[in-house]
Amino acid sequence: MKIKILRSQTSTHQEYTLPNEETTLLKALTHIKASQDPTLTFSAGCRASVCGTCAVRVNGREELSCAYKVQEGDIIEPLQYHPVLRDLKVDKQPSKKTLSISTAWLHSFKQAAQNHADEKRSERQTDCILCDSCYSACPVFAVNPDFLGPFALTRAYRYSVDKREEDVKGIIDNIQSNGVWDCTLCGECTAVCPKGIDPKMDITMLRSTSVQQGYEDPSFSQMSFGTPDFSGGFGFDPNGGF
Amino acid sequence: MVDILVIGSGGAGLSAALAAKQEGASVLVVGKSYPTTSQTSMAQGGMNAALGNAGEDHIASHIADTVKSAHGICDENMVRKMCADGPEVIRWLEQLGVPFSRLDNNKVGISSVAQRQMGGASAKRACYAQDYTGLKILHTLYDTCLKEEIDFLEEHYLLNLITEEGTIKGATFLDIRSGELVQIDAKSVVVATGGFGALYHGYTTNAYGSTGDGIAAVLRAGGAVSDMEFIQFHPTALKHSSLLISEAARGEGGYLLNSDGERFVDEIKPRDIVARAIFEQFEAGQEVFLDVRHLGEAKLMELLPQEVELCRLHEGVDPVTELIPIKPVAHYTMGGIDVDDALEVNGIKGCFAAGECSNAKIHGANRLGGNSLLEITAFGKFAGQNARKHAMFASSKTAPDTQLKKDQAHIEAIYSRECSANFYESREKLGKLFYDHVGIVRDNDRLNTALEEVIGMQVALSTMGIADPSKAHNQNLVEFLEFSNALLLAPTVISSAIARDESRGAHFKRGFETEDDARFKKHIVLQWNSEEMQP
Repeated sequence: MKIKILRSQTSTHQEYTLPNEETTLLKALTHIKASQDPTLTFSAGCRASVCGTCAVRVNGREELSCAYKVQEGDIIEPLQYHPVLRDLKVDKQPSKKTLSISTAWLHSFKQAAQNHADEKRSERQTDCILCDSCYSACPVFAVNPDFLGPFALTRAYRYSVDKREEDVKGIIDNIQSNGVWDCTLCGECTAVCPKGIDPKMDITMLRSTSVQQGYEDPSFSQMSFGTPDFSGGFGFDPNGGF
Repeated sequence: MVDILVIGSGGAGLSAALAAKQEGASVLVVGKSYPTTSQTSMAQGGMNAALGNAGEDHIASHIADTVKSAHGICDENMVRKMCADGPEVIRWLEQLGVPFSRLDNNKVGISSVAQRQMGGASAKRACYAQDYTGLKILHTLYDTCLKEEIDFLEEHYLLNLITEEGTIKGATFLDIRSGELVQIDAKSVVVATGGFGALYHGYTTNAYGSTGDGIAAVLRAGGAVSDMEFIQFHPTALKHSSLLISEAARGEGGYLLNSDGERFVDEIKPRDIVARAIFEQFEAGQEVFLDVRHLGEAKLMELLPQEVELCRLHEGVDPVTELIPIKPVAHYTMGGIDVDDALEVNGIKGCFAAGECSNAKIHGANRLGGNSLLEITAFGKFAGQNARKHAMFASSKTAPDTQLKKDQAHIEAIYSRECSANFYESREKLGKLFYDHVGIVRDNDRLNTALEEVIGMQVALSTMGIADPSKAHNQNLVEFLEFSNALLLAPTVISSAIARDESRGAHFKRGFETEDDARFKKHIVLQWNSEEMQP
């Protein structure tokens, strides 16, 4: 079985031959490094889809190496929108920044009664392993590198719906700029999440909480109402007829 | 110079950092990877605290269960402290926002936290978050660290601790990104670098990086290690991939069956007993399976969603309808850095150790499921507080760069060395050697064979090196250093196991099948003469 891996030093795809047996991509990469090419560089940790270290792109789609079964002819590349440090290893420090700017933590604790249904409110969101797959798949980063991005917003959402959070507004205030309104709701993040998290839905929910907190969609507020719009933009035309 | 240098960014390291920061210290957390990638993320089943939310329970029962499981070689004062801290630590985590699973009991605060049965526990005591308990605690701790603006230095691999007259002064690191070596000066150090289960490469539930780097560094710096022979084998890892299936699967009612479809052991006995029972089945030519089919799909997806997914992906079986083939593999290292009752390393003043790397003498000869998450949080905090106390009166005079220079020479030598043997092959070999010879059931012949082989490998280490000449991002170099650490710890495990001519907890030796309190109700402590053994 042959696969191709994008090497950073040459910017070309290098072909490797693997034994013809079912294997995870992580095992294949480890095999290559141990027996064929010790210079091939990638990140790995737990082997069990929970440490978030080993996400790469396979044929253009984000996958955890440890959870992906290699197929003949696969093309392996590093995550997008992250500085490539070497081969499949990317810089994951930006996530610390987006999480910090989003203030995705419990702002102000209050004692609360919680039951099984409350646990469910953020069960899925708290499965996040910070693998960065959703950032790699998010097309907004192509035009706005300062976008807070799917997992930071999902994490902000997770705390905003926690009954122990007294200061929901504190969270909402910090995800307006380059945040919830910059998302195009394309759903690519949801499609690639290895833990089945739905950031698109979380962002939609955060938008509605934002409106409740007095914020409005900035693109909406720039639209014109009633008067002719000569800007040639996307203004609402009352005579447009829906 | 930073007040407190925390080495390792798993649950213990982050707890220590938060506690020290809260007391007003300046804190720097340094790790070889990123904070949320640590072994803590893999802890599944739960965290013990005698809350009594799901039936009667008492701190005294928690203490009694832990002491019993330790088989006489724990420090009861430390066990008492940890168990008594349990409810308070859950309250702390509750305030940080850990998303625990909940009961429908109309109660406020931690009284609604769900609790489940684990092996060897006399009550439903393990607080959990589905089967992602470690992951969710770890990430909440990380979020809180960002909130508290704790400084992190990622991708820095620990080389050596710096000491002066037996007192800690800092540590040296390889900056994996640049390939440069750096010295970080600190008044106190907390070592929270995890266990050394990766010694059993290929036969462990642990991540690749659990190579005992901190324990090895402590040994090299003149500190002591103890109870190294006590390695916990988890009864239920997937047969082909060694991935963990949580004890919660048995706690919730799963059975163990042999090839004849018969149950052969009480499944919720402590791990050492269950692992041995499985091993005996293997010796009798049987295969062993975990059976959770009778729990039903709804319950499985509710309680063990991660397990179901792992079985489907890595073993190709659906636990809802099929038996899960399993084998016991190395899971947790009870021993480690020998510390006193303030978690200060014996032999190095101002250096503290917490979590799996530390031997706080809680687990003794066998750890109870659910006690490790408690240990990393309760004792992580305790180590952070004590490190702060030491830092208040420590000298702020920085150490010279003697150790750094030594390490630079060592790394340069590795780069320039002719490499005639592939250490990756030796890593595989060492893992299998340990599983076969230093495993669930031991005997002195095989232990002695293993010791000879390991000494042979240590000699051969000088012919091994790296084949990647890159200075920056050299994972080949990091893995070589990790392997060197594992190899350095290997003889401490084997020689302690040879010395212990008895069976106690996880250490079971043929020919010496009972506990011999008169001779062995004690810890085996190892320490180097620091002048002689510098690598």
